[in-house]
Amino acid sequence: MTLVMFAVLLWAVGFGVNVMLANGPARDTGAVRLAVPLIFGATMLGMWELIVRGTQVPTVILPPPSLIAASFVGNLSTLWGDFTQTILKGALSGYIIGCGAAFLTALLVDRSDYLRRGLLPLGNFMAALPIVGTAPILVMWFGFGWQSKAAVVVLMVYFPMLVNTVAGLSETSAMQRDLMRTYAATWGQSLWTLRLPAALPFIFNGLKISSTLALIGAIVAEFFGSPTQGLGFRISTSIGQLDLGMVWSAILVSALSGTAFYGLVALAERRMTFWHASYRGGR
Amino acid sequence: MSEDTLGKKSRGKSGTGWPRWLRLPPVLGMVLALFALWYVAVVPMNVKEVLTAAERAGVAVSPPSAVERRDMGNWALVMRNTHALGDSWSSDRPKLPAPHQVLVELYDSTIDEELNGRRGIVKSGTLSNRSLVYHAIVTLNATFLGFVIGTVLGCALAVGIVHSRVMDMSVMPWAIVSQTIPIVALAPMIIVVLYSIGVQGLIPKAVISAYLSFFPVVVGMVKGLRSPDAMQMDLMRTYSAPTTAVLWKLRLPASVPYLFASLKIAIAASLVGAIVGELPVQKGGLGARMLAGSYYGQTAQIWAALLVAAGLAAVLVWATGWMERRTLRKMGAKP
Amino acid sequence: MTDTTAVIRASHLDLTFQTADGPVHALKDVSLDIEKGSFVSFIGPSGCGKTTFLRCIAALEHPTGGSLTVNGMTPDEARRARAYGYVFQAAGLYPWRTIGRNIALPLEIMGFSKAEQAERVKRVLELVELSGFEKKFPWQLSGGMQQRASIARALAFDADILLMDEPFGALDEIVRDRLNEELLKLWAKTEKTIGFVTHSIPEAVYLSTHIVVMSPRPGRITDVIVSPLPKERPLDIRDSPEFIEVAHRVREGLRAGYEE
Repeated sequence: MTLVMFAVLLWAVGFGVNVMLANGPARDTGAVRLAVPLIFGATMLGMWELIVRGTQVPTVILPPPSLIAASFVGNLSTLWGDFTQTILKGALSGYIIGCGAAFLTALLVDRSDYLRRGLLPLGNFMAALPIVGTAPILVMWFGFGWQSKAAVVVLMVYFPMLVNTVAGLSETSAMQRDLMRTYAATWGQSLWTLRLPAALPFIFNGLKISSTLALIGAIVAEFFGSPTQGLGFRISTSIGQLDLGMVWSAILVSALSGTAFYGLVALAERRMTFWHASYRGGR
Repeated sequence: MSEDTLGKKSRGKSGTGWPRWLRLPPVLGMVLALFALWYVAVVPMNVKEVLTAAERAGVAVSPPSAVERRDMGNWALVMRNTHALGDSWSSDRPKLPAPHQVLVELYDSTIDEELNGRRGIVKSGTLSNRSLVYHAIVTLNATFLGFVIGTVLGCALAVGIVHSRVMDMSVMPWAIVSQTIPIVALAPMIIVVLYSIGVQGLIPKAVISAYLSFFPVVVGMVKGLRSPDAMQMDLMRTYSAPTTAVLWKLRLPASVPYLFASLKIAIAASLVGAIVGELPVQKGGLGARMLAGSYYGQTAQIWAALLVAAGLAAVLVWATGWMERRTLRKMGAKP
Repeated sequence: MTDTTAVIRASHLDLTFQTADGPVHALKDVSLDIEKGSFVSFIGPSGCGKTTFLRCIAALEHPTGGSLTVNGMTPDEARRARAYGYVFQAAGLYPWRTIGRNIALPLEIMGFSKAEQAERVKRVLELVELSGFEKKFPWQLSGGMQQRASIARALAFDADILLMDEPFGALDEIVRDRLNEELLKLWAKTEKTIGFVTHSIPEAVYLSTHIVVMSPRPGRITDVIVSPLPKERPLDIRDSPEFIEVAHRVREGLRAGYEE
């Protein structure tokens, strides 16, 4: 019971510090902006640890963070193998193929008004469907290896990427297009100098959405069958063995890779679309 | 004349400026092209099984041994055996069923099962557990419950974030980060852990759905509640309006377009959550049907379940969009 | 206007738009010759077809009747020969390119060498007094400076004709006055033929050698006023009796077009 009391105390302290910081004189500095969510996260973790220990929740239901950390550190090589299998082989290759194919399709579609008017509503429709449901079929076709995971990822990222790129390529004003006309620019010239740069914010939006979808696709596809490796496989088998520490470690790996993946794309976006209204306010 | 009409004339991008009847033919064309592609793809996908069956029926096949055929490319086999491919679109256990086979399976497992099946609604008075109607309703229940929970909690948290600086600074970054992680990875664990403490059936699936729909709503609603501009907020300040009045009369109405935009994402995510949540337990639902189909190699069954899931998603998103249009029109937005 | 040196020649030009509310006569029976080196303003209420006429010259619109030649060619041939620079209502600089690279844009498209591009960018930046801003991005500049950069962009490839569609319409009056003064200097230096759309009477009178008064429904020319003002025009010429006299004639012309 004392541990639970400690948890309440910890919460009070963490919350108090955050209230002070958030309303204090330094509230708009970068350090505070970083510190407040970190303190919040640390408080949550601490309370989790204390309450789970204090009320003696069985570890098969909710393990304390310390046990998860121990399991994570103790199984680094296994988790690294799972990471390469799911993220690098399954998700990343599917992501590159899917986004690349969608981009090329968008360029093709862009040349024909008929195709654009046909594909855009269809693509919007497809992007809203639970495409992850094709996983059992694709696992059946491409086997248990990473190829079937990549195939699921390709299908999942293709339509959001296509829709965003097509929308981006038509995101030029009439005036900008007229300007290109007065220069008698060719299709390729106006694509390269005007429409591709103007489409970049949309393309990156598609890439960001797709980065999350890619991980979902790769992990869920493993629930339908995989070699004895991979994050989805690790999660479903470790649950069967009631090894919750391992389950949480695998979840931690997928969360970290998801955030890192997204972060990398967002970083590239920031460097390439520095000129866009959403960024230039800050400088 | 010139300035105004020119603007309108050249603004017809992404087909939005086209009248409804002109928008349909290209879409129909694409759909037809897709089906044609599907029918063509059926031939190479199923060629090995079809040739084996043809060989058994006594048709000359080249090369004659199944072992040799196994190592050959599908297209090469198609080219060499054009005379023996008649059964491509009607084989028993196809790798890729033809569209009409999926439709037949869909009919058999919905209308036919309910009307004529022993366990169907006509003969037994309850929906058959072998029919997709039953499974779709199971999935839909979890979807709706999760969607409602996720939306309500999401709106509540968003209101808190907008009104409390501490909550904004401490919770918002985590809400944004959580959108970048594959939350479905949690699904099997949630199911099993809840099962082990005695909660099963609808609730665990709804929890996953709620979890998936929660974060888009939070992020969208925070944006929406903050959308009133400085002038509109200043107007409220000149009335010295209390916080609740600002919330009800300005922030909430202003957030409606953002709310619906997130609801469309949330309902689709809810459905995915419910389907994925059905994978580990196998107690009904479209997800369970898909997994069962994949265990027993019943491709048509998977495709039929997939089709129903796609239909559900389409209807749900469309219904949300319809409500959006209705609500916004009532609130005086331009149609 | 005499026809021996006309670079733009329109005769009995018609343009009808088909809209949902039926056909609209944007231009009806427009005949006009524009001499080499002149500064022609088009003025009139919105809907009189002044922008449409300019866009016809630029081959951005296609007349439905009559004939139109630019440098003796059809407008479309003239466009392909890059016969004119066009300045739009807004600067429309690409935010992802620096000012220098924005001005180099037409040069890249037209295949100038790198060295030539650099040399020309430098020259036109001096011409519009933006030297030193080459490395800046458009959003770091004021609206007036952006519009000057867009004029530089139109000048960069040295076309004989400059078409300007209310280029200063979005700017405040003080900036506008300065840019008007600079534009006159630029015109004197480069001896280009300029077609200039505006709906400000003082602006039209101050800038032009010829003022074309137009009126709407259908869009047509009601009067062409040849300015008696000297080529050298300080800003305070706007207080002179000649200036007021011309402005008065333009106003009368506009009113007459309305009352018909």
